[in-house]
Amino acid sequence: MYDSFARLCADEREKNRPLWELIRSEDCAENGQSLSDSWQEMERMYAAMKEEDRDYDPGRLSNSGLVGDEAGRMHAYRTAGSTISGPFMSLVMERALKIADSNACMQRIVASPTAGSCGVVPAVLLSIQEARDIPDRQIVQALYVAGGIGGIIASRATLAGAEGGCQAEVGAASAMAAGALVSLMGGRAQQTANAAALALKNLLGLACDPVAGLVEVPCVKRNVIGAVNAISAADMTMAGIASRIPPDEVIDAMRTIGKRMDPGIRETGTGGLAGTPTAVRIREQIRAAKQEK
Amino acid sequence: MKLTDIIGPVMVGPSSSHTAGAVRIGNAGRRLLGQPVREARISLHGSFLATGRGHGTDKALVAGLLGMAVDDRRIPDSFELARHAGLSFSIDGIDLGDAAHPNSARLILTGERGRKLEMVGASIGGGRICITELDGLPVNFSGDFPTLIVHNEDLPGHVARVTTLLSDSGINIAYMQLNRAHRGGQAVMVLECDQEVPQEVLTRLQAMDGIVKVTFLSLLPEGEMSDV
Repeated sequence: MYDSFARLCADEREKNRPLWELIRSEDCAENGQSLSDSWQEMERMYAAMKEEDRDYDPGRLSNSGLVGDEAGRMHAYRTAGSTISGPFMSLVMERALKIADSNACMQRIVASPTAGSCGVVPAVLLSIQEARDIPDRQIVQALYVAGGIGGIIASRATLAGAEGGCQAEVGAASAMAAGALVSLMGGRAQQTANAAALALKNLLGLACDPVAGLVEVPCVKRNVIGAVNAISAADMTMAGIASRIPPDEVIDAMRTIGKRMDPGIRETGTGGLAGTPTAVRIREQIRAAKQEK
Repeated sequence: MKLTDIIGPVMVGPSSSHTAGAVRIGNAGRRLLGQPVREARISLHGSFLATGRGHGTDKALVAGLLGMAVDDRRIPDSFELARHAGLSFSIDGIDLGDAAHPNSARLILTGERGRKLEMVGASIGGGRICITELDGLPVNFSGDFPTLIVHNEDLPGHVARVTTLLSDSGINIAYMQLNRAHRGGQAVMVLECDQEVPQEVLTRLQAMDGIVKVTFLSLLPEGEMSDV
């Protein structure tokens, strides 16, 4: 697993091989897996992402009843044809909601990097594939890039909300998706790293404050900001806008912020949004319903 | 860590710790019992108790006991499926103390051929688990290896005899732990192995003097597991 963008960029210069190949080779060497087995496994992940996108049912609600129908509403609004954000962005938003809703409703998803942030990467990749007619093979390659970026974040910081807040989940997912997008657009390692850095910077400090401790509110809608933010970070990068802070240092900043976060906003379901009077009321209602049952 | 731990696993939501980890704990219980579960008393501790129902932790544990994997679409329907499979279960809360991991569950299991097992499992993040207690003694293993657990009387020579038998059978030990309740009382050894331990080795272990109980967690598919 790569532990820095610096080393990844240096390897690209020295070995002159595509980023996804470098990331796959490193992973295979570490885990004693053959290149073809690894490819098949990643193909399976992408197939599961396509499935989770198809599986959404707007009539399904989560166990608590708090979420489940958001993507259905977005779909109706989008297909009516008057969205503010336009056809591509609104489709990305719908997909992020679909997959995050399905996760909350105990459907099958691909954790990427976590279950709570599972909508970001597939929403972006499935939508760009459709919009640009990109073959599956290239999307699977982009998934390697996304995974490699997640690996760097995991090595230098964390991917767990309980340790680093939501910046480590939706923030990391957004960085992974942004880098994957830029690599699909033909970006080199430096640009891929830049997109990841821009995406992560915009979500630094994001608290993990789920209402009643459930992966529902605000998690489902936060998948939307992760996806939209990834696209804007990728576009800024392709426009030649550089992160003034190097990507590895951005991740290190995320780690420091996570360590300084109060435990109340690290997945304990007590602080932040989870500590608001309305959230406390919801938590009590769920508790009462449980006892009744 | 592997790349497919980051893009992946494929799992039923909503939470890797509270759902996927819970399926794995249930599954470890099923495998440790070595026979289909007929009766299960499930007790949830800490965060499992506080947010478990919303995360489907209860359904996930039962699904694991039925032998389902973390990506099985039937997990949300596990209560119903348990009834069809003849598994009766109860779920309540428990305080396992401050030392217990907040995502812990205690399982008291009875198998279809009468075998009993009591264990505590913890979901320690990202869907990974740790078995922290087995039949009253502290242990610490992940269930990622074929794992042999031997409860024995705390007397000299047991470790040597068990490890000799394993080495004679061509089984390599990857990790090993020893623990005991008190001097001369009951002790437990946990041997995480690189190979499956075959049925005849388990039977010979069970027959040894001073061995109280032999438990084996196999990684083989359901139908091929040894039956202690």
